Amino acid sequence: MVASRAIGSLRRFTASRTLRCPARTHINYGVKGDVAVVRINSPNSKVNTLSRELQSEFVEVMNEIWANDQIRSAVLISSKPGCFIAGADINMLASCKSAEEVTQVSQEGQRMFEKLEKSTKPIVAAISGSCLGGGLELAISCQYRIATKDRKTVLGSPEVLLGILPGAGGTQRLPKMVGVPAAFDMMLTGRNIRADRAKKMGLVDQLVEPLGPGLKPSEERTIEYLEEVAVTFAKELSDKKISLKRDKGLVEKLTSYAMSIPFVRQQIYKKVEEKVRKQTKGLYPAPLKIIDAVKTGIEQGNDAGYVSESQKFGELAMTKESKALMGLYHGQVLCKKNKFGTPQKDVKHLAILGAGLMGAGIAQVSVDKGIKTILKDATLAGLDRGQQQVFKGLNDKVKKKALTSFERDSIFSNLTGQLDYQGFEKADMVIEAVFEDLNVKHRVLKEVEAVVPDHCVFASNTSALPIRQIASVSKRPEKVIGMHYFSPVDKMQLLEIITTEKTSKDTTASVVAVGLKQGKVIVVVKDGPGFYTTRCLAPMMSEVLRILQEGVDPKKLDSLTTSFGFPVGAATLVDEVGVDVAKHVAEDLGKAFGERFEGGSVELLKQMVSRGFLGRKSGKGFYIYQEGVKNKSLNSDMDGILASLKVPPKSDVCSDEDLQYRLVTRFVNEAIMCLQEGILATPAEGDIGAVFGLGFPPCLGGPFRYVDLYGAQKIVDRLRKYEAAYGKPFTPCQLLIDHANSPSKKFYQ
Amino acid sequence: VTWVTGWPLSGLSFAAQTKSKKTLAKPNIRNIVVVEGVRIPFLQSGTSYKELMPHDLARAALLGLLHRTSVPKDVVDYIIFGTVIQEVKTSNVAREAALGAGFSDKTPAHTVTMACISANQAMTTGVGLIASGQCDVVVAGGVELMSDVPIRHSRKMRKMLLDLNKAKTLGQRLSLISKFRLNFLSPELPAVAEFSTSETMGHSADRLAAAFAVSRLDQDEYALRSHSLAKKAQDEGLLSDVVPFKVPGKDTVTKDNGIRPSSLEQMAKLKPAFIKPYGTVTAANSSFLTDGASAMLIMAEEKALAMGYKPKAYLRDFVYVSQDPKDQLLLGPTYATPKVLERAGLTMTDIDAFEFHEAFSGQILANFKAMDSDWFAQNYMGRKTKVGSPPLEKFNNWGGSLSLGHPFGATGCRLVMAAANRLRKEGGQYGLVAACAAGGQGHAMIVEAYPK
Repeated sequence: MVASRAIGSLRRFTASRTLRCPARTHINYGVKGDVAVVRINSPNSKVNTLSRELQSEFVEVMNEIWANDQIRSAVLISSKPGCFIAGADINMLASCKSAEEVTQVSQEGQRMFEKLEKSTKPIVAAISGSCLGGGLELAISCQYRIATKDRKTVLGSPEVLLGILPGAGGTQRLPKMVGVPAAFDMMLTGRNIRADRAKKMGLVDQLVEPLGPGLKPSEERTIEYLEEVAVTFAKELSDKKISLKRDKGLVEKLTSYAMSIPFVRQQIYKKVEEKVRKQTKGLYPAPLKIIDAVKTGIEQGNDAGYVSESQKFGELAMTKESKALMGLYHGQVLCKKNKFGTPQKDVKHLAILGAGLMGAGIAQVSVDKGIKTILKDATLAGLDRGQQQVFKGLNDKVKKKALTSFERDSIFSNLTGQLDYQGFEKADMVIEAVFEDLNVKHRVLKEVEAVVPDHCVFASNTSALPIRQIASVSKRPEKVIGMHYFSPVDKMQLLEIITTEKTSKDTTASVVAVGLKQGKVIVVVKDGPGFYTTRCLAPMMSEVLRILQEGVDPKKLDSLTTSFGFPVGAATLVDEVGVDVAKHVAEDLGKAFGERFEGGSVELLKQMVSRGFLGRKSGKGFYIYQEGVKNKSLNSDMDGILASLKVPPKSDVCSDEDLQYRLVTRFVNEAIMCLQEGILATPAEGDIGAVFGLGFPPCLGGPFRYVDLYGAQKIVDRLRKYEAAYGKPFTPCQLLIDHANSPSKKFYQ
Repeated sequence: VTWVTGWPLSGLSFAAQTKSKKTLAKPNIRNIVVVEGVRIPFLQSGTSYKELMPHDLARAALLGLLHRTSVPKDVVDYIIFGTVIQEVKTSNVAREAALGAGFSDKTPAHTVTMACISANQAMTTGVGLIASGQCDVVVAGGVELMSDVPIRHSRKMRKMLLDLNKAKTLGQRLSLISKFRLNFLSPELPAVAEFSTSETMGHSADRLAAAFAVSRLDQDEYALRSHSLAKKAQDEGLLSDVVPFKVPGKDTVTKDNGIRPSSLEQMAKLKPAFIKPYGTVTAANSSFLTDGASAMLIMAEEKALAMGYKPKAYLRDFVYVSQDPKDQLLLGPTYATPKVLERAGLTMTDIDAFEFHEAFSGQILANFKAMDSDWFAQNYMGRKTKVGSPPLEKFNNWGGSLSLGHPFGATGCRLVMAAANRLRKEGGQYGLVAACAAGGQGHAMIVEAYPK
C-alpha cells in the first residue's frame, strides 16, 4: 500500500517534469483518486477575477483534465477564503476599444462555459465567499454546486449595476436554473443572494456549514472541508450514485408549467419591461437589454440567445452609462481605503452626543460593528427615542433574518444610554450630533474636553457649520474634525470627513478608520462653508426655489428631476432634508458666497417654517405626509405662499429641458469649483460624494465624470445661456472653462 | 481531619508508587466522601417509564439509595437534584421526589440545572455545603424524563388565555376571542437547540467532528466499542450502581435497555442524522434520548466513619469551564481536564480511570484530538503545551453515555460512580470525570479511591 502510493507520487512527479508547460500563476490542480481538484488563486490579490490570464490558464487546465483518462470528475475551488470568483476583470473590458472587441470577449467566455456545461466528466463548483458576475456564470455552467453557508458566501449577477449584462451565457443559463422570474430579479437588481437562499432557489445543490477551529484555523479547515465534501460528491456524480435532477417544490413546478405557456411568458416580459421602464425612466439601457437577451434565448433557442447576449454585451460596454457606472465602482473602491494610514490608537470606546435621528443612526452603525458606544442626550425622553431607534434598526434586521434575536441582544449590549458624562474618561472618540447651533456646539465641546482623555478625537456631525469655527474654542484643535453623516445613517453609504488646517493626520486616519468600520464610503474634504456636499446642493436648491416661484408646481418639478436621474425629486428632497435645515443652510451659505448663491428667495423657506411646514418630520411641507398613506398629495396651504412670492418666468430658459439643466449645471459648476479651490482632493471623491450623498444621477457618474463624458463645452454653453438670463449664479468657474477650452483635458485620464 | 487508615494496600501499591501525589487530602479542608451511589436502569425514552413523571424516577432513585445504604432519613441535611428539561408542575423536582420518598419534610431540597452537567452541579453544590461546614450529609442526584416533555401553547395563545383571565365583562371576553386565529394553536416544542445559536447539538457535533477531521468510520468504531464494553460490563455484573425499579403497572426494570452492540456494516448503512446528506453523525454514533435518575450519598468523611460506613471514594478537586457555544460547544473536557489536573497537582499518567461523558462519538474523538494538539492548546486555551489524550485502555471501560444512555440531568452521578467502582474493581487510585454541556460549558472532577 505504502509502496504503491510512493510509486504513484513518483510517477506524478516525473509526469509533471516531462510536461513543459509554463508555470501557472492563477490556477493549479491536483488529483485525489480520480477527482481533479482545480484551485483558483490569483497572485497578489485578495480576490480572484476572470482576467485574460486566469481564463487561459483555466482553459489549459480543463483541457488537460478532459484529456486525462485517469480523471473522471473535477472540483473547482478557490484557495482564497472569502472569495470564489468576484467577477470578470473590469479593466479587461475597459481596455477594449470597440463593441466588437467586447463582443469577442463575451463569445470566448460563452464558448469556455459551454464546454464546461457539456463536460461528460461532472464538474462540481465548491463555492466559499463571493461568487459574482462571471464567477456565478462559471458556477452555473458546472454540473453541481456546493456552497459554504456563511455570511461571506454570496451569489449574484451585479453586472446591471455596472451598466452591462452577464455576458458569458448567464442570461441564457440562469433562467433555466432558477426560473425566469427569479432570474430576472437577480439580473435586474444585481442583488446578492446568500447561500441558504441560493439553496432554496435551486442555485446551489448542497450547503456546507462553516467549521470552527480544529487542528487548524477555522477558515483554512472550512475550505479544506468544502473540498473534501465536494470531492465526495464529484465521485458520486461520476459513479452515477446521485442524480443531477433536483426535486422541485410545488410552487416551482407550477411556475415552470406556467412559463411553458407562450401567452404567460409574453405577459411576464411585458410586466417586467414596464416595471423597468418605470424605474429607470429610460436612463439605463442595460436592464432592457438583459430582458431582451433572456427573451431571445427562450423564444428563439440557445444559439440566437448567445448571439444576442454577446452583441448586447458589446454595445452596453461602450455606452456612457456603463462608463459612468464603472467609474463609480472604481471610485467606491478608492473611497473604501484609508489613505491616511493606520491610526495610532484603535477606537474601542465611542461616545455620541445627542440621541436624535443622526446620533442614534451613528450609534446603530457603530454598535453592530462591535464598538462600545455611549449615547448621551440631555433629556430622558430624547434618549429613549434614540435608543428605541437603534433597537428598531437592529430588530428590523432580525425580521429580515439578517440577524438572530440573540445577536441583536448582544449587539444592543454594546450601547449605553446616559444623560451624564460618566465613562467619557475612556472614550477614544466623541462624535457630537447636537443641535446645529454654534453656541451649543461650543458648549458641548468644552464640556467634553473637560472629561475625555488626551488622545480622544472630537468629531462634529454638522452639515454646514464650518469646523474651524467649532474648533476655535478647543484646547486641542488638532483633535477636532468634522464627520458629516447623511440621513438615514444606516441606509446612506456616504460619510464626508472635513479637516481643518489644524487637524492632525492621525486624527483624520482615526475617523476614516471608524467610518470604514461603520461600512461607509468616505470622502475627505477641506473645511469651508458647506464643505463639499452641502455646498453643491445649495445653489441647486436655490434654483429649485426660483423655479417654484416661477410657477412650476412641486409635482412637475419632482418629475423633471427624477426623469433626469435623481432618485428623489427636488421638492421632495427639501421636505426630506427638512425645510428648517434648508433655510439655515441657504442663509448661512448665502452670506458666505453672496451673489453666486442667489436664485429663489429664502423668504419662501422662512414662510414655510413659520407656518410649521418643516417637511416630512412635521407631516407637512410641499407635500402632506400621513402614516400609512403611500401616494402623498400636495399641501394646498402652500398655494398662497407660492402665489405671494411669484416671479415671472423667462420664456427662453423655462422649457422642461432648461429647467433640468438650470438645476444640474449649477450643481456641476459648484462641484468643479470645489476642486478648483482645493476643497476636494480628487474628482473621484467629488463624484462619489455627489452620487452617494446627494443622489446625483448615477447614470451620469457624478459631476466630474459627467463633464468628461458629455463634454465641458456643452456645459459651459448651457451655463452661458442661463448666465445671460440670470447673471452671476451661472457664471462657469475657471477650471470648467479650462476644460472647455482644451477638450483633451479630462478629470479622469 | 487526618488521614485515618494509612496508605492503600497491596492491590494498589503498584499504581501508588508511580503517582505524583500520595493523596489529594489537603490540610484544614474536610475530606468529602461518596458513601454510595445508585441509579435506576437507564431506558430509551418511550419505553417502560413513559407513563411516569420525572419525580417518580427521582423518587425511585432515592428509595434505591435508602435501601442500599440504610441511611436514616433524618440524618440527611440537604437534597439536591439536577435536571434539564423541567416539568413545570414539579419545577423543584428534588423537593417533590424527597417528600414522596419519605424524607423528613424538615429536609430542604433544591434543583439545579446546567445542561448535561446538572448532576455534577448537584454533587459539587453538595461538596460546597459540606466543605463550608453547612452540612454533614447531602444527597445529590439527577433526573430526566425525555418520554414526556412540556409542549406549550404558542405565545399568542398564552397571551389570549391570560388576557381572558383578566377580562371582566362578556364584551371584553368576546372581543378577545374574536382575535383568535387558527395559527394560535400551533404548539411550541422545547428546543433541543442552543438558544444563542439556534443550532442543534447533533449539528454542532457533526461540525466539530469535521473541524477535527474525525471520520465516520472512526466514529462508528468508537460507538461500537462503547456498546461492546457496556454489554460486557452488564453481563459481568459490573454495573453495580443499578438498582431495580418496580414500575407501577409494569414489570420490574432491572437493567439498561439501550445497549445494542451492532456491527460496523450495519452502522455504516445509517444515514447522517443532522447534516444531510454527507454528515458523519448518525443515530448509531450518538447518545440516545433517555429516561433515568441517579442519587448519591455524600458525607463528610468523619461523619461517614462515625456512622460506620465504608466510603467508596473521595470527591476531590473539580472545575467548571466554558467556551464558545457555537464552534466549541462540546469541547468542555478538553478545557477542563488540564485545569483540574493542575489544581490537583496530578498529571495524565496519574489517572487510572477516565470516565468521560459520551454525547457523540465524534465529540469524544474531537476532544481526544484537541487534547493531543499543541496548536490547539496554544491558540485557544492559552497553554504552552497539550495535555495529551487519555489512553484508551483506561477510558470508559464499562461503556458510556453512547451505550448506557444519557438522561441529561442524571449522567453526572453515573460518571462518578463508574469511576469510583472501577477504581475499586481495577485497583486504581485516581479517577478523572469530565463532561461537556450545552451552552458551551464543561466540568471535570478528580475522584480518589477510598483506601480498602
